Amino acid sequence: MAGKTLFEKIWDKHVVTKVDGGPSVLYIDRHFVHEVTSPQAFAGLKDRGIKVRRPEKTIATADHNIPTMGQDQPIRDELSRFQVNKLAQNCEEFGVNLYGLNHKWNGIVHVIGPELGITKPGMTIVCGDSHTSTHGAFGSIAFGIGTSEVEMVLATQTLLQNKPKTMRINIEGELDKGVVSKDIVLYIISQIGTGGATGYFVEFAGSAIRSLSMEARMTICNMSIEMGARGGMIAPDETTFEYIKGREFAPQGAEWEKAVEEWRQLPTDDDAVFDKELTYKASDIEPMITYGTNPGMGIGISKSIPKLEEVEKSTQPTFKKSMEYMDFQAGDPLIGKKVDYVFVGSCTNGRIEDLRAFAEFIKGKKKADNITAWIVPGSHKVEEQAEKEGIRQILEEAGFEMRQPGCSACLAMNDDKIPEGNYAVSTSNRNFEGRQGPGARTMLASPLTAAAAAVTGKITDPRDFL
Amino acid sequence: MPIDKFVKLESTCVPLPIENVDTDQIIPARFLKATTREGFGDNLFADWRYDKDGNPKKDFVLNDPTYSGKVLVAGQNIGSGSSREHAAWAITGYGFKAVVSSFFADIFKNNSLNNGLLPVQVSKEFLEQLFQAIEKDPATKIEIDLENQKISLLPEGPSESFEINPYKKKCLLNGFDDIDYLLNISEEITKWEEAHS
Repeated sequence: MAGKTLFEKIWDKHVVTKVDGGPSVLYIDRHFVHEVTSPQAFAGLKDRGIKVRRPEKTIATADHNIPTMGQDQPIRDELSRFQVNKLAQNCEEFGVNLYGLNHKWNGIVHVIGPELGITKPGMTIVCGDSHTSTHGAFGSIAFGIGTSEVEMVLATQTLLQNKPKTMRINIEGELDKGVVSKDIVLYIISQIGTGGATGYFVEFAGSAIRSLSMEARMTICNMSIEMGARGGMIAPDETTFEYIKGREFAPQGAEWEKAVEEWRQLPTDDDAVFDKELTYKASDIEPMITYGTNPGMGIGISKSIPKLEEVEKSTQPTFKKSMEYMDFQAGDPLIGKKVDYVFVGSCTNGRIEDLRAFAEFIKGKKKADNITAWIVPGSHKVEEQAEKEGIRQILEEAGFEMRQPGCSACLAMNDDKIPEGNYAVSTSNRNFEGRQGPGARTMLASPLTAAAAAVTGKITDPRDFL
Repeated sequence: MPIDKFVKLESTCVPLPIENVDTDQIIPARFLKATTREGFGDNLFADWRYDKDGNPKKDFVLNDPTYSGKVLVAGQNIGSGSSREHAAWAITGYGFKAVVSSFFADIFKNNSLNNGLLPVQVSKEFLEQLFQAIEKDPATKIEIDLENQKISLLPEGPSESFEINPYKKKCLLNGFDDIDYLLNISEEITKWEEAHS
């Protein structure tokens, strides 16, 4: 019998039962909840007159719909305030732990889970948010669900799921200077498209992946959904264990040794077979940037936007619509194009390492006059750490300000909206039409490429400065 | 909450021949502040449908009286992006009962099924035929027969069979929802928890 993949080992351990000819009933170890996708689920429980089955396995935070300035004041927007208060009421009523606004552990749900040591290898983790795949960086099965499914998990701690197919994407070799994990994932998506991994659970592997820090691995798993995958994951190793050790919810003492021993059994067996396997060379990847209105429309920063005739015929109308929205010409290079906004933050690139990379780049330089920059830490812990390391000071000396934690301009539910027609270089995950505000034009890139744009005021290859 | 039953549907279609229609287009994030499932239909495709002042944009298909019906026909990879179930609520809230495309994003498909909205995945060729037929005659009707997993251009075809998970098919035909099923196996879940604690 062939060996098992990392995915299969965890999946098989969590199947409670299987519906005849249908999905499996999958047990969920951790359920993260936020204010936007949970109110209708809690209302469903009330209608049925049932409780949260395992409140101790449920963790809530407010992140999507909160301001990133003046968090000590009541939220000004009435609907936002109502929704955030609703979460607090629901958590109170159902006995769920809430790290709400102004709690010292508050932050973006996919930043706080890992940094508190809640996220661990071998777990099944869900949240009503597609970027739940972030947690897969620890060697867990983590994926986003809809609100009906949130209700399912609250009510039963299980989920009906069809077993996805498995895919392994290998990145081999060493990354060039100035190329970081965001570039790896944007590169993969540019190669396979936004539906390229639909129906699959992806394991990222290869020497380039193994050499990455946990923060960098999270950035890659975070964007698995942008290639259509149910989720992404990376085998746990010493880097993983080192990251978790000593965190608030990490196992302690003898429990720790036992846990690590179990986690060591998780990586994919040598003779395991994937339904699909892709391999790319790390040296083929350069700093990436998107030019269009989905994350698959990305190019190496030195390249040009494809010409119309290079686009598949059936996709041409969609491509043209995208070019009109961005006000770009097919075939044009991006280098030198004017930028109005720079956003550093989100569950993709709002961790301490991202702020460090940005700060190191801009240190001793000045923000370009035409740039409005929003630097938004992913959590209070990230904010504190940035303070401790002098990052805030470096930012301020260069003319940047650091805001308070939250999802912010990634989805622009709060006031952090890019104005219509403006160009933003953003470290977030989606460049969809209107994603960062109605009419906003988003170009996704790494914190380094964002930093290069922030100091030059235009699209600039970060390698020019390295 | 029991879902609407879906057995057979005969309807005209609303064509949206754009690929990769993401859930941010289906329902932009600023409309996600509601705490109930109602009212999202009014903002379905809001940024394509209305101008800055809230006036309908004439060139968008939902504002074109030529097209109406209970079936949305969309280009490949509909529903990519955010997991927001609000996208499914907006589509059902508007009055659609089925979405036809050659490719569906994963979470959107699940969310649709959980709300009695049938995702019908057809071949690229069939989708193209469908778009052409609707363009030629906006009164073109199709029939979607869930029991027999068959979609047909009326009156004389072509038709094509489509896939659906047998469990989900049963749920839709009967209006069952997953939570009822899972609550019914509560004891089994407890046993599993005891064995794995």
